[in-house]
Amino acid sequence: MATKSLLKRNNELANAQKQLSFLNGGIFADGELPTFADKIKEINQFPLRPKKLEILQINVGYMCNQVCEHCHVDAGPDRKEIMTVETMKQCLEVIKNTGAHTLDLTGGAPEMNPNFRWFVEEASKAGIKDFIVRSNLTIIRANKKYHDLPEFFKKYNVHVVSSMPHYTRGKTDKQRGNGVFDKSIQALKDLNAVGYGMPDSNLKLDLVYNPSGAFLPGDQMALEKDFKKALLEDFNISFHNLFAITNLPISRFLDYLIASENYEDYMYALVEAYNPSAVANVMCTNTISVSWDGWLYDCDFNQMLGLKVDSKIKHISDYNEDILNDRNILISQHCFGCTAGAGSSCQGTVA
Amino acid sequence: MSKTYYDPADLRKFGKITEWSEELGTKFFEYYGKVFEEGALSAREKSLIALAVSHVVKCPYCIDAYTKDGLQKGITKEEMMEAVHAGAAIESGATLVHGVQMMNKYNKLSM
Repeated sequence: MATKSLLKRNNELANAQKQLSFLNGGIFADGELPTFADKIKEINQFPLRPKKLEILQINVGYMCNQVCEHCHVDAGPDRKEIMTVETMKQCLEVIKNTGAHTLDLTGGAPEMNPNFRWFVEEASKAGIKDFIVRSNLTIIRANKKYHDLPEFFKKYNVHVVSSMPHYTRGKTDKQRGNGVFDKSIQALKDLNAVGYGMPDSNLKLDLVYNPSGAFLPGDQMALEKDFKKALLEDFNISFHNLFAITNLPISRFLDYLIASENYEDYMYALVEAYNPSAVANVMCTNTISVSWDGWLYDCDFNQMLGLKVDSKIKHISDYNEDILNDRNILISQHCFGCTAGAGSSCQGTVA
Repeated sequence: MSKTYYDPADLRKFGKITEWSEELGTKFFEYYGKVFEEGALSAREKSLIALAVSHVVKCPYCIDAYTKDGLQKGITKEEMMEAVHAGAAIESGATLVHGVQMMNKYNKLSM
């Protein structure tokens, strides 16, 4: 299990250009497989265009207490990219005026940003309908200073979305590191204890499931049923919904696919599972992603590939929703990850 | 031509059998798809049965396909191995139960 990010290891896939040339080359360059552009041209969806903005997703930094094998952010303890108070203030201006109904904070471990709590307090004043924080769970148990996070989230009525790759220890620890399962279980109990995830509670606790390997997620409803049964029976833990998310072939997951000689099979699987009816609802059509340094992207994946929005507005300091919404969405072969099977987004399936 | 009888990449081409016999191929894949839908048995249970049978019929394509299918359905490796043992137990039992035939014949021929 790696303990350092690709960047720290000087792995060439830490470079976004390298990743893009990989995704545009090989089996896609020689015509063995159709490109994503080819496929969406078939249904007259090229160029892909945004619909009404619904979700503002802000990445407050790439620092994380974990180094997950599949992480598309290449996050880890050695990443120093952290959103400053100045950029947060620019984000707050946008949050106050946005037409989006959902504010989605992500990272890294967003809680590790030293100004995270201040930012949540200020952002909550805007009264956005659904205020999500993506928490990796173990952060709550990582250090005493984070133990009160469940109470803090409750105070600001934050919707907690947490990653949980499996309901068994072995699979979870293999993907996320030794001890992650036990810490995650304890963190879920802490969240349940303040009311999060309980059957009739308004304190929303959803889990995110990513496959721990080179395969696609199964049926979201069936997985949710299995997770609910196992977590309740084995640990007396409750949660609301499970989002099944497909791993996209970028960053550390791409590195894993190549190193394990699964890349071609995985891309075949994604292309074969291409579902045209998922295209209309892919998350880049209703989301703007903001990076730790304020740049704007179509989604968190394009952020990691360095693909800034194709608009004259490229930075949060110049934010203008109307101008931004009149843009073409940038695509590459990683986009097949969001249209496979029932589709995939940060909110789970889309088709 | 491939120099081996089995090529993992051939699994992706399974659907092509329809090209040489459209009606039968199409009927087969419709039936196949229907069998593995959620029914009186869950899709998860059927996946484990398919995995066990894949081993018994020693089909490498099926083993690849249903190991992956099991992973997608969140089936654990312990569950998968128990399913393989269930198949193996029936297979070895099927051999061993013929031991009774051997005993019968032996007894019949012996004074």
